[in-house]
Amino acid sequence: MIKDSNKKYRRTGACLLVFLCLVFVFSCRKLEIVVPTEYEIISDNTYSSSSSVRGMYLVNEGNMGSNKCTLDYLDYPTMLYARNFYAEKNPNVVRELGDVGNDIQIYGNRLYVVVNCSHKVEVLDAHTGVRIGQVDIPNCRYIRFYRGYAYVSSYVGPVLIDPNAPLGAVYKVDTASLEVKAKVSVGYQPEEMEIIDDYMYVANSGGYRAELGYDNTISVIEMEGFKQVEKISVSINLHRVKKDNRKQLWVSSRGDYRNVKSNLFVLAKKSGYNRMEVIKTMDIPCSNMAVHGDSIYLYSTEWNDFAAQNTVSYAIVNTLTLEVVSRNFITDGTEKDITIPYGIAVHPENGDIYITDAKNYVSSGTLYCYDRYGKRKWSVRTGDIPAHMVFLYK
Amino acid sequence: MKYYYVRFLVCMAICLSFCTVLTAQNRLDSIQILDEVVVTAKSYREVIPAQRLSGKELESLNSHSIADALRYFSGVQIKDYGGVGGIKTVNIRSMGTNHIGVFYDDIQLGNAQNGQIDLGQYSLDNIEEISLFNGQKSDIFQSAKDFSSAGSIYLRTRKPEFSYGKVYNLKGNLRFGSFGVLNPSALVELKLSENMSLSLNTEWLKGNGKYKFRYRRVNPAGEIAYDTTAVRQNGDINATRLELGMNQRFNTGEWSLKAYNYNSERGVPGAIVNNVWRRGERIWDTNSFVQASGQKDFGRNIKTQLKAKYAHYRTHYVNNDDKQIKVDNLYKQKEFYSSLSAMAGILPNWDVSVAYDFQWNSLESDMWGFVWPVRYTNMVSAATAFKWKGLKMQASGVGIFVNDKVREQQAPPPKNVFVPAFFASYQPFEKHDFTLRAYVKESFRMPTFNDLYYADMGNAQLNPETAYQYNVGTAYNRKNSKGFFRNIKFQGDVYYNYVDNKIIAYPKGQQFRWTMLNLGKVDIRGIDVSAQTTMALFRELMMTVRAQYTYQRAIDITNPEDNYYRHQIPYIPWHSGSAVVNLSYRTLMLNYSFIYVGERYNQQENIRYNNTQPWYTSDVSLTYGFRINRVSSKVCLEVNNLFSQDYDVILNYPMPKRNYRATLTIEI
Repeated sequence: MIKDSNKKYRRTGACLLVFLCLVFVFSCRKLEIVVPTEYEIISDNTYSSSSSVRGMYLVNEGNMGSNKCTLDYLDYPTMLYARNFYAEKNPNVVRELGDVGNDIQIYGNRLYVVVNCSHKVEVLDAHTGVRIGQVDIPNCRYIRFYRGYAYVSSYVGPVLIDPNAPLGAVYKVDTASLEVKAKVSVGYQPEEMEIIDDYMYVANSGGYRAELGYDNTISVIEMEGFKQVEKISVSINLHRVKKDNRKQLWVSSRGDYRNVKSNLFVLAKKSGYNRMEVIKTMDIPCSNMAVHGDSIYLYSTEWNDFAAQNTVSYAIVNTLTLEVVSRNFITDGTEKDITIPYGIAVHPENGDIYITDAKNYVSSGTLYCYDRYGKRKWSVRTGDIPAHMVFLYK
Repeated sequence: MKYYYVRFLVCMAICLSFCTVLTAQNRLDSIQILDEVVVTAKSYREVIPAQRLSGKELESLNSHSIADALRYFSGVQIKDYGGVGGIKTVNIRSMGTNHIGVFYDDIQLGNAQNGQIDLGQYSLDNIEEISLFNGQKSDIFQSAKDFSSAGSIYLRTRKPEFSYGKVYNLKGNLRFGSFGVLNPSALVELKLSENMSLSLNTEWLKGNGKYKFRYRRVNPAGEIAYDTTAVRQNGDINATRLELGMNQRFNTGEWSLKAYNYNSERGVPGAIVNNVWRRGERIWDTNSFVQASGQKDFGRNIKTQLKAKYAHYRTHYVNNDDKQIKVDNLYKQKEFYSSLSAMAGILPNWDVSVAYDFQWNSLESDMWGFVWPVRYTNMVSAATAFKWKGLKMQASGVGIFVNDKVREQQAPPPKNVFVPAFFASYQPFEKHDFTLRAYVKESFRMPTFNDLYYADMGNAQLNPETAYQYNVGTAYNRKNSKGFFRNIKFQGDVYYNYVDNKIIAYPKGQQFRWTMLNLGKVDIRGIDVSAQTTMALFRELMMTVRAQYTYQRAIDITNPEDNYYRHQIPYIPWHSGSAVVNLSYRTLMLNYSFIYVGERYNQQENIRYNNTQPWYTSDVSLTYGFRINRVSSKVCLEVNNLFSQDYDVILNYPMPKRNYRATLTIEI
């Protein structure tokens, strides 16, 4: 009797052992491999070999704290979409590209990615995607270039002068040595900048100061002396600044998300004066815009408390007449597929319109391409929160 | 290479333990060892028993906190942000932390602000038993609150027991080890009269929270891409706990009183991302409460119980990071709770009960635009239990009525819900402790103050989130006073849960702005299995093996348009489990515990980029007890994460490598 039961136990034991070993083989940790690039072919045969535009880079912001800022690249001659190529191109960078991308620009042969919560500007070779170096700038937001220098807006200016509300700054970076050469204090929490005729215009948001009052100014920096010479009052919580081909500035305000609505303003110099001033208030909400020829393509996402949903709108504004030409540049009815438009760009040659959809911020977004007539051409999956785009020239 | 080595070692350890089982079969011995007697006020009509950890078994697990001990229960997922001061929250059967009630000496711990109890803040030092109930504690003589959660954890503190002729017990404990931890505690128990006792327990925990962690990546060719080891910063803690208890038993009932104070200053280590290796967030917590309960029987058939609690929680949060927005906020939560319950026996096998609970919560903050919410909750429950031969049945219902008041804003409409539950178990054979069981339950979680009123993000229009649970299972228990197997326990359950109106963060306009909406739907199917056996290997050499396995498929079925439709929800592994092997010889005890959490995803979308690797740790402890005259002492040495696995429970929150702890206990 005892022997029998022993046999039984042995058999059960052996079975369990085999099972456990199997479980172990299949359920162990694998070596953590650098995330590989994913490729997708996009069917679009409208590329002309005479085009001077080679490709487009897209930076996905990634949610805060996730370290999921990634770079995608669309190559026009092959129409190959490379998703998240940074880690594969630069496997030795500890913890990859970083946390929350906020801007991307090309200057010369270099690609500059502003990584906000990693407090750095990443510098890559624009043709190969290989890393050249980085510039540490705390809480950096946007980047623009002027005569061999990069200018980076940052929420952090002179630390500890007023710990409750430090002014922001614009940092001047030597693009050859990647060293910070100077910085100038501007308003609170500066966002986008634009440079026209030796002057830089910086939109100050005051986004950290909702309770004390948002900033409402554009800082004007004289570039040779690198000094703030003036502040122009526009409206609260300014965000975007774009220049058109008439040296006019298009400035967007986010409003206070409550009583003051988002709005768009046009600034220009009156003839004979060297001072930018608001020449028109457009009275349309604007979250982001792209300039193409005489047109400004813009979209807006606003939360509506009563409907408990986001209200999304699109528009085209003419830079000559300063009038709204169209209240929707997507003409085939496919705009309803876009949950949260988050980035916009227009192809400089063929006029294709690119719009990114950030969806719920914590899953893959989508990049949509529309032709100049507003018809959907294609769409492709991106990283989390696809947001900023830049075109690469040959 | 190292991984294969580790895998080999672990396999070997398992093989060896089984070999021991197999070869030990022949050595039947005749010495009888009595099972440890666990003094537990077991309810006489608990339909579905809990998973329990108590006494020595609890002590021998290398646990820093209650959250660590809960990892040994099936169906449980712990979110652990790492280190001694790191936040640890628990989730049962994928329904979400807010659906879980945590009860400290039978009265619920509250957090009206975010509905989550940070179990890292509760020490195991004075805890005698942890029990986990799926559905609810299937006992009918309890407060309305006990019927309302989707799952409950009961923490029971040590009750004074005096050996003959003794009028006091003294216990001192000193722990120290990795993370710069120094953790002394003291317990004094006094016998005031034959039926009345008093206990005072104090604890101090100090640690710099520093530990090494490592991030390593290889390229597809197998060459190292990067391999970085760094030290976790800003994870320090300095905490004190003071607990005073009093209780008296008399012929027809008992009463008890508890005062609790916890004070801590902690660093919040934050996420490790590129170029950021330390952050400047700090939290000060002061949690105090006083609770009392009394029970009185009238005759043989009527029992009554009264409970009351007042709690005050103060949280001070500061972000000192120069690079980020400066934050310095103070939150004060107050809670008053009272409960009256009564149970009557109508027939010897039929009982009914009613209970009424009232709770008042308030939250104050100096945060800009804060609405200072106040909440009034009334709960009424009725329950009945019926027993006939091997069949036990129980039905209960609770009505929950919630009213909020806020400053300078229209209060949201009152929320009224009804929570029904039905439990049954059947024991087909009188001689064998083998039971079949089942339950169904519907429960709600109320939106928290943060969900409703948090700065720009809250949404006052939220409805309660619903969870439906269906469970069938079986249990088998056997105890032998002699023979090789002294005790065998088995439990297995299969369940289906459905969460509707799940409160989720939804993007609002631009730039990381969010609001809360009742948007989610989750379909959860799972299996929980646990087994335990105690074997007499040789004379007084005993071995206890406890194993637990959980399978869960918890998928998001909110919207077919989403690209994560029918994907596993974040941080829920399909497979998880644990195994504990305990060898004891007289007062010498060797304990090995293994925890496994399988592959999971750190975001809603189940794509490669969001994949999080499995993790499994081995912990070993050796305890030796000895007596010098009247002083009994115990020394314990622990090694945790023996194979020094580098893992994250939560993305970008690296966990410690191998770490050590020593404990010295003296009892007089």
